[in-house]
Amino acid sequence: MAYINHEVVERQMTKRRVKNTVFKNIFLGATLLALLALVILLYRMITQGAGYVSFDFLQNFSSRFPEKAGVFAGLVGSLAMLAVVAPVSLLLGVGAAIYLEEYAKKSKLTTFIQMNISNLAGVPSIVFGLLGLTIFVRMLGMGKSILAAGLTMSLLILPVIIVAAQEAIRSVPGSLREASYGMGATKWQTIRKVVLPAAIPGVLTGSILALSRAIGETAPLVVIGIPVIVQFLPAGVLSEFTALPMLIFDWAKRPQEEFQYVAAAGILVLMVLLIFMNSIAVFIRNKFQNRY
Amino acid sequence: MVQAIVQEQQQAKKKMQVLKNKQRENVYETNQLNLWYGNNHALKDINLNIQENNVTAIIGPSGCGKSTYLKTLNRMVELVPGVRTTGEINYRQHNILDKGYSVEELRTKVGMVFQKPNPFPKSIYDNIAYGPRIHGIKNKKVLDQIVEQSLRGAAIWDEVKDRLHDNAYGLSGGQQQRVCIARCLAIEPDVILMDEPTSALDPISTLKVEELVQELKENYSIIIVTHNMQQAARISDKTAFFLNGEVIEFDTTDKIFSNPTDKRTEDYVSGRFG
Repeated sequence: MAYINHEVVERQMTKRRVKNTVFKNIFLGATLLALLALVILLYRMITQGAGYVSFDFLQNFSSRFPEKAGVFAGLVGSLAMLAVVAPVSLLLGVGAAIYLEEYAKKSKLTTFIQMNISNLAGVPSIVFGLLGLTIFVRMLGMGKSILAAGLTMSLLILPVIIVAAQEAIRSVPGSLREASYGMGATKWQTIRKVVLPAAIPGVLTGSILALSRAIGETAPLVVIGIPVIVQFLPAGVLSEFTALPMLIFDWAKRPQEEFQYVAAAGILVLMVLLIFMNSIAVFIRNKFQNRY
Repeated sequence: MVQAIVQEQQQAKKKMQVLKNKQRENVYETNQLNLWYGNNHALKDINLNIQENNVTAIIGPSGCGKSTYLKTLNRMVELVPGVRTTGEINYRQHNILDKGYSVEELRTKVGMVFQKPNPFPKSIYDNIAYGPRIHGIKNKKVLDQIVEQSLRGAAIWDEVKDRLHDNAYGLSGGQQQRVCIARCLAIEPDVILMDEPTSALDPISTLKVEELVQELKENYSIIIVTHNMQQAARISDKTAFFLNGEVIEFDTTDKIFSNPTDKRTEDYVSGRFG
């Protein structure tokens, strides 16, 4: 046994240590670069927009005059849309995930469906906008309503929710299912009382992140033709409305310089909303985290 | 005080006598059972009768089909895709392999304890109450009683009575396994199947579970798969030796371990292979 020459090992030691340090720094650099971009973005938004964010800004409708413009209609519109998106996408998404994970037999067809769901998650949002325009706005005659926009957004985030829910369901150990079946539970009882409670933190975390995406998406709304100048609050799911990203998009397009600051202020409001939603996701994950 | 203890012992002896004299019926009668996983012929022409109020041990080397046979007894084996069976297994005179036989009903009478402790990520109380709840018991007082009796039955009541509403994951491995046994008792089964219930436990926890098995056999019929031959010798009344999907020998435990008929059984129990 003389396969390991300790002299050679010692000579190569320095080289190995250097490599070790170099790689650590490369990964650190990647993290810092990504963070830097975010910090610059935040800094610009805050320096430009903070001065415009006020109680009035939250309460006013949009206006031709930058000092009078506000996000009220957009904020209420976005939240109303969310009220459509959340139940629709959660019910359909979690339902589909349960079917695919618990009921569907592994066959070529299910593999094909599975692959397509993952692909759908990568389809550009503008394509979903066109789909929504064709089906909901025109064919079903919903108009440029909260319902039409909400259903379009639901389709957009559905694949993400399905995949997240599938992963959460898959991570529930088989031994828990066996324990339940072993006591004479039916499949539905097992899903309802063992699988779903254990999977719910993962499902909710993924879903809330997907919902944040729905709040921030602009392209589908533009395609559907959601108006910008809306001087009233929506009366129901079928009424016209406007959304936060639409207002931001509109302000950023305007020639007057002051509107750039108004847009920045709008972005701040949107970001606070997103941070709030993401922190709910983190809270849920930490609170309900299961140890198996 | 002393008198009371003596009296108690006499009563226990009488009870044992009554049990011994009682004609033991077969809980399971297996006739010509064959089982395939896809093309793999895992169980070959199994014929085995299992008596009630007995501990029946199933021993054999890895991959001999002993766990498969155990899981066929409550049809858990069907969770594996591509399983086929022929022959019959009669549980209390009904063929459980009949299409019309309800698995859910079977599994309320035949409880199972698994190799690795698998409590639900719920409180100890909710773990035990799970079975009764899925079978429709909602009354809080009844559930309280079931939980206490089951935990007492599994000899863990004193250790957990002050923390019934704590998560079962906070218990040690041995305690978790006894909670799983209690959970199994809560559905008031007739038979308890145990699939290497102590293989993930330390020696002291193993001893506790073994003692528990001895107590439980008064009221339940127990079938236990074990890798540990000493364990089979210590706790079982009858032992079946499986090899390559066949039953090589099935007899009283004394006979199997002291004077086996088949050469292969002798080789295995004396540690020459396996």
